[in-house]
Amino acid sequence: MLENLDALLLARIQFAFTVSFHFFFPAFSIGLASYLAVLEGLWLKTGKSVYLDLFKYWLKIFAIAFAMGVVSGIVMSYQFGTNWAVFSDKAGPVIGPLMAYEVLTAFFLEAGFLGVMLFGMNKVGKKLHFAATLMVALGTFVSAFWILSVNSWMQTPTGYEIGANGQFLPGPSWWDIVFNPSFPYRLVHTVMAAYLTTAFVVGAVGAWHLLKDRANPHARTMFSMAMWMAAIVTPAQIFAGDMHGLNTLEHQPAKVMAMEGHYQSHPEGAPLILFGIPDSEAKTVRYAIEIPKASSLILKHDLNAPMAGLDTIPDDREPPVGTVFWSFRVMVGIGFAMLGIGLWSLWGRLRGRLYDMPWLHRAAVLMGPSGFAAVLAGWITTEVGRQPFVIYGLLRTADAASPLDAPAVAASLLAFVVVYFAVFSIGVWYILKLMGKAPHAGEPDIKVGIDGPIRTAGITPGPTQNPGGDEALPTEAPAEREPV
Amino acid sequence: MDLTVIWAFIIAFAVFAYVVMDGFDLGIGILFPTFRVGKGRNRAMNSIAPVWDGNETWLVLGGGGLFAAFPLAYAVILPATYPLIIAMLLGLVFRGVAFEYRWRDPAHQKFWDAAFFGGSLVAAMSQGMILGALLQGIKIDGRAYAGSWWDWLTPYTFLTGIGTVAGYALLGSTWLIWKLDGGAQAHARYVAFRAGIATIALMGAVSLYNITLNAEYAAHWLTAPQIYWVAPVPIITGLIAVSMLRAITKDRNSKPFWLAIALFLLGMAGLGVTIFPYVVPPGLTIWDAAAPERSQIFMLVGVAITMPLIIAYTVWAYWVFRGKVADEGYH
Repeated sequence: MLENLDALLLARIQFAFTVSFHFFFPAFSIGLASYLAVLEGLWLKTGKSVYLDLFKYWLKIFAIAFAMGVVSGIVMSYQFGTNWAVFSDKAGPVIGPLMAYEVLTAFFLEAGFLGVMLFGMNKVGKKLHFAATLMVALGTFVSAFWILSVNSWMQTPTGYEIGANGQFLPGPSWWDIVFNPSFPYRLVHTVMAAYLTTAFVVGAVGAWHLLKDRANPHARTMFSMAMWMAAIVTPAQIFAGDMHGLNTLEHQPAKVMAMEGHYQSHPEGAPLILFGIPDSEAKTVRYAIEIPKASSLILKHDLNAPMAGLDTIPDDREPPVGTVFWSFRVMVGIGFAMLGIGLWSLWGRLRGRLYDMPWLHRAAVLMGPSGFAAVLAGWITTEVGRQPFVIYGLLRTADAASPLDAPAVAASLLAFVVVYFAVFSIGVWYILKLMGKAPHAGEPDIKVGIDGPIRTAGITPGPTQNPGGDEALPTEAPAEREPV
Repeated sequence: MDLTVIWAFIIAFAVFAYVVMDGFDLGIGILFPTFRVGKGRNRAMNSIAPVWDGNETWLVLGGGGLFAAFPLAYAVILPATYPLIIAMLLGLVFRGVAFEYRWRDPAHQKFWDAAFFGGSLVAAMSQGMILGALLQGIKIDGRAYAGSWWDWLTPYTFLTGIGTVAGYALLGSTWLIWKLDGGAQAHARYVAFRAGIATIALMGAVSLYNITLNAEYAAHWLTAPQIYWVAPVPIITGLIAVSMLRAITKDRNSKPFWLAIALFLLGMAGLGVTIFPYVVPPGLTIWDAAAPERSQIFMLVGVAITMPLIIAYTVWAYWVFRGKVADEGYH
């Protein structure tokens, strides 16, 4: 086993590890940024303080999640070069500009307005602050747009030319590159996944506090909002996922074969394998529970449509079936569980008992992290499903890595694992602690600690205190400052 | 001027913007143990909390821009400096989360303050050593890095690393002169003066070392008629260094900070003179590594539209949090 741990495998594990960790944070912050914008907008529109309280409650959580997203994201922007130098050199002319656009149009927007969003409520006025919140939310979406365009291009490359030096070069139209065939589907499916992830977190926190005090108006509001999302967005997401699957069938049939566990071709209608144990040696799914012809019905809308299997794909172009098969089922299973929660909540709402259903609340708490699991499972499905290629059909993952010694990659992988688990577990713990506190009227601002993170004053220098103090800083108690 | 040169300037601008902006907040991290626990540290932290994230975005632009505009350089430099890049990234993880964590967990604030310091120091040192590794030359075979994973570790890179740490400490302390007052400002002044001396000395040492590194670098500086064009760089640097040290001892506002930035700008210009037209000495010029014209034009449109906006709202964000981090109102 150990002799297989070569530099390539280590680099793949490292990328999978860092990108999976990173993905959790944007999956949460894309949705949460929009939720914060909705809360602040509702507060400005209705003047109801419950929305402002909820805004402040979630803003504190957002600040931590965003910081973790930033630091794990910077790692990603360098991983391409450190570990996938050949890929970077070859694909740089095509995907580099898209990532540069992500920085220019999204990262700066988020980061530039984040400070005002977090700390500027008393400095810039309500409307301008709301504008800053909107800009942060917009930034998270634009970021998803570009990075998913890049990822989609790697899955379904179009609009490129191959240069004399072996590089992928942009063709005459950037439109063909940016809006490559799988991009619209992937964008919709991923962004909705982020919204659902956030909705189920918000729903779980609301439900948790309803279980403790079902009269808490703040918990009621957030639970209700989250359940609307669950009821409305989940069906839309299942539909979008289906469309995405059809798109994948068209452009990456081997991935769908692996998802379905279709080792063999089925000339007269393929069965839908619900469960089973894929055995790639024997090229069969053991103990399969299947519905005859249902796969053809779903994918071709015809019970008897012939479906090709992995027997039509050369072995060295096949993805690992087991991983893709299972991760796909985890994602779909969670999707239907989310749908169940959404329908349950609708039923409760119709009966006017949404806040009086402890079992729904318990289920919602249980489903709190489900979005993360679904996002990760879906990501694994699509990323492992396009193996053994990094640029689908054109550049093999094995040919894309940096010329690094295995010990270098092993050491860095170990460092990432240790640091990420330590640092991000602690961050998640802080977030859970914040979530454990019940939201209440007069929710405090983001400032905490002795004198809070932010108290900058106007341009007039303050009174000179402790003059001549050399090594020491003054220790006077701080005072609240009025808005400028 | 051709597009490749324009892009070289854009990347240089991004790197410069990063070095100055994240430089001062990394510098504050480096100096963190010298501030008194409690209010002193809080105020130093408060002065950068709203802007650090935007500052760090320039690093992503520097990396992402290099990837986009000079993909081959990106694909060579990063593997060549692999352990430094990883160390830098992990350092930035620690210091980045410390901004939030230290407020969340007063019981462990000491630990996160140490993480803030250690992360900043490691990131700064790594960045300086990456610069040194680049300047001392990177071994290439075909289109790939051809050295081992420890080639970067030399006395020279150690020198550039220390120089960067000192320079960031200078930026951080002059920023604090601007943002603080009273005893805190006096402390910043005390640190800034020493960091200033160290920065100037190390800049000089690195510059002299550069000339001995390879004959081409020396020729860029010491042959006529080139010498008449480049001689003003060290002369102006010297003048700025002197007025900066004077300002540090006297000025109560932003002057030391701006002069420190000017010092960095001259350093950057000197770097340009030394290295141009290479992006990865000694083998790759900017034209060897450049992305094709279509990529350059596509991105240039984006830069032309977004950069003025980015600069505008960045300035605005600084403006919102302008002035001394004060206990104003306390009398």
